[in-house]
Amino acid sequence: MRGRRGWSWFWMALGALYFFVPLLATFLFSLHGKRGALGFAAYHKVFADPQFLQTFSFSLEMAVCTIILGLALFLPTVIWIHLRAPWAKPIVEIFSLLPFVIPPIVLVFGLIRLYSGPPIPLVQSRFLLVAGYVVLSFPYIYRSVDAGLRAMDLRGLSEAAQSLGAGWLTIMFKVILPNMRVALLSATFLTFAIVIGELTLAVMLAWPAFGPYMALMGRDLAYEPAALAILSFMLTWGLISVIQVVSRRVGGNGSSVGGAH
Amino acid sequence: MSLTAPYAEGGARPALPLRARPAVWRQPRAWFGIVPFAAFAVAFMILPAASLFLGAFQDAQGGFTLANVAHLFRPNILSSYLVTIEVSAVTALAGGLFGLLLAYAVTIGGLPKPLRSGLLTFCGVASNFAGVPLAFAFIATMGRVGMVTVLLRTVFGVNLYAHGFNLYSFWGLCLTYLYFQLPLMVLIITPALDGMKKEWLEASQSLGASRTRYWLEVGLPVLTPPLLSCMILLFGNAFGAYATAYALTGGLLNLVPILIGAQIQGDVLHDPNLGYAMAFGMVVVMTACILAYSGLQKRASRWLR
Repeated sequence: MRGRRGWSWFWMALGALYFFVPLLATFLFSLHGKRGALGFAAYHKVFADPQFLQTFSFSLEMAVCTIILGLALFLPTVIWIHLRAPWAKPIVEIFSLLPFVIPPIVLVFGLIRLYSGPPIPLVQSRFLLVAGYVVLSFPYIYRSVDAGLRAMDLRGLSEAAQSLGAGWLTIMFKVILPNMRVALLSATFLTFAIVIGELTLAVMLAWPAFGPYMALMGRDLAYEPAALAILSFMLTWGLISVIQVVSRRVGGNGSSVGGAH
Repeated sequence: MSLTAPYAEGGARPALPLRARPAVWRQPRAWFGIVPFAAFAVAFMILPAASLFLGAFQDAQGGFTLANVAHLFRPNILSSYLVTIEVSAVTALAGGLFGLLLAYAVTIGGLPKPLRSGLLTFCGVASNFAGVPLAFAFIATMGRVGMVTVLLRTVFGVNLYAHGFNLYSFWGLCLTYLYFQLPLMVLIITPALDGMKKEWLEASQSLGASRTRYWLEVGLPVLTPPLLSCMILLFGNAFGAYATAYALTGGLLNLVPILIGAQIQGDVLHDPNLGYAMAFGMVVVMTACILAYSGLQKRASRWLR
């Protein structure tokens, strides 16, 4: 018994070493921004760069559009298949898992090939970037929305509301959506985490987004990228812990496996 | 679910939704609900992918040919597939085994409960921490002037780069990929380890089996399908990765996603159709991964639920 516990501690210590050394080293590295003194000079430089704010707010905007479009697509569809068309569930499920089979680099390749010329030249349009992001977040939005709907008695609730005289809009906004707060939050934050630093689609479609900006910094500078890495880690930490805290409080299991690598 | 009930003749459970096809014909209006989603998915996922596949089997004049797929076996293209497969396999294996041990430590291994939730929370974050910032973190740690490199050289007198280590090469990339592979493994294998019942060990011990025999004849056979399926998922996860490799090696390492990226930006292959064939090859590998994954998951769910 004692030996087994000892090995467990050993593996745990090794894991902690691998996880924390890069974070600590990156943090220490980022403090060297000013010659001869430790300090937050690199962070000041990052925040002072107007490009930082521009690219970050561009990506923020794209993330908001992605979330709105993604939810607008999935909420009615998944509610519909739960209520009216259960036979369609496998179709929607397969569609929403396909992005696992089509890596981002292949997806953007196809988007560029299909939409770069007539009849539908979309390649210059922001809509194509958002559409690509929506596809990337298909699996996460679908899983959250589906889990949220399964956690409540959708049929019973909507029938009860109907018998009390509620219309479809009332049912949607006053009965279904309030019951899905956790699911919607986790879909939102996961999508946000995917889009905000995304590189592949943004680079290939030539948009001045946050991911390409970071990559550019890495080419020319030494300490600012380390500061950006720490800031990104803190942002990811914040987003994921919001999902975990919220879903734990309600009692569901927050799935936080995701990411575009 | 009650909608399927009328079609489940006799059985207590409704038939598979696909079998309930008559519902489609009786309620044609039920199609309307999924039309917007399906149209979007077709326009921005299916058709773009299909247009690449079409290009993979066309020559420059648009006629049908298998030459592009055959050209995938040219030495330079084949080697990029092999390197990508090697990186994915190494990180899937290393991340898989190490992740299993970590998950074991906090489940069956008997470490205190707070450690378990701490590890799982951290893994949720770390598996999402990838791409450009991850590459930066490893450059700041293990790059030529990274903190750990300098510390080892100045304090311990070990010059990593003189000993052949290079962050911007194969093993450096593997070490970096592990940072999202390992936590992903912990997250997906933990449920399987939770499903291993204490009673199994007690039952086999009361029948006189040793702990080793229990692991050989009960534990490992039950754990093998989920373990394999999780590792396959890790493989696919690394195989499609672009951003981390791009930011770390600046596109120098000959990986398939990097090569496709260069092809999109500047036709480095001097043959657009060969580029489509490369993308097609990638999707074939990913599809094989997902099919193997779901097949093994089904086997795994027989015992672990």
